Amino acid sequence: MAPAPEDPSPAGKARLDAEFSALYKAHLKDVYSYSYYRVGNHHDAEDLTEQTFLQAYRHFARAQRESDGRPLRPWLIRIAHNLAANYYRDRSRKPQTPIDDASTISATHTTEALVEDRDDLKRILECVQDLPDDRREALIMRFALGMDNREIARALGRTDGATKVLLHRAIKQLEDLVQKAEGPTEA
Amino acid sequence: MSSERAIDIETMLRQALAPIEPPEELQLRLENTLGSLVELAADELESWELSTLGDPKNWARLGRPAAAAVVGSAAAVGLVVLRTRRQRHRRRAQSSNVAELAVRTLRDGGREARRLLDDLH
Repeated sequence: MAPAPEDPSPAGKARLDAEFSALYKAHLKDVYSYSYYRVGNHHDAEDLTEQTFLQAYRHFARAQRESDGRPLRPWLIRIAHNLAANYYRDRSRKPQTPIDDASTISATHTTEALVEDRDDLKRILECVQDLPDDRREALIMRFALGMDNREIARALGRTDGATKVLLHRAIKQLEDLVQKAEGPTEA
Repeated sequence: MSSERAIDIETMLRQALAPIEPPEELQLRLENTLGSLVELAADELESWELSTLGDPKNWARLGRPAAAAVVGSAAAVGLVVLRTRRQRHRRRAQSSNVAELAVRTLRDGGREARRLLDDLH
């Protein structure tokens, strides 16, 4: 359903729609990137992105009221996060591909040249997929979306402190996984 | 060594998890979908206001919650249709014939309508 604006006049509705349009333009890439790294394929990432914005549209007026002027990106990502959780629950599945194939990535990646033929990056992505959900998500938000600790905390519904610890542990665990994947190193 | 490695990991993560440009097709589809919802809501609001203007009893109440309810119900119908349409690829893949596809489409439509009603309550 359409968002219920506080001011239901045409002018109020038009303003709300214009603001939603600005939010959409500013964060489409964020939501899509998040969705892609969560589900591991473009088809489902498109579905998830579409659902996220439809749901955001329905609740936009309330979110604006409750945001108290704070940026709405964490709220959008939280919607995508919840939808992704439902997606796995409903279909009882995990990402089918470990965000894998360099060919899929390089087709749309903005840093295409960097990713091509880079086994090390591919290995990192595989190891990211092996992390527990919350750690993986925190890394996606930090490194794919460039969110700071406070934004990630809001998106995940945690405190700033807990988020800092979560990110630290995620990086530490990832290091260990990468090291294991690379095999024994020289002394 | 450990901090060097941490920096290295972070640099590589930034490269590996680079933002991804959404496909143009998705942008077009989303903009159409959102545009339709916005237009639908605006049309409903406009027609409701015109009809209300004709009745002096309603002048004092113009633009109040009833407008939101009318706009909302029309947009909700639009949303059910859009959500049902969105799953057409999955339905096609799961159906072995046209009749089965029709049944699945109706069932999905009903499910989406129920979900929307649940959301509203």
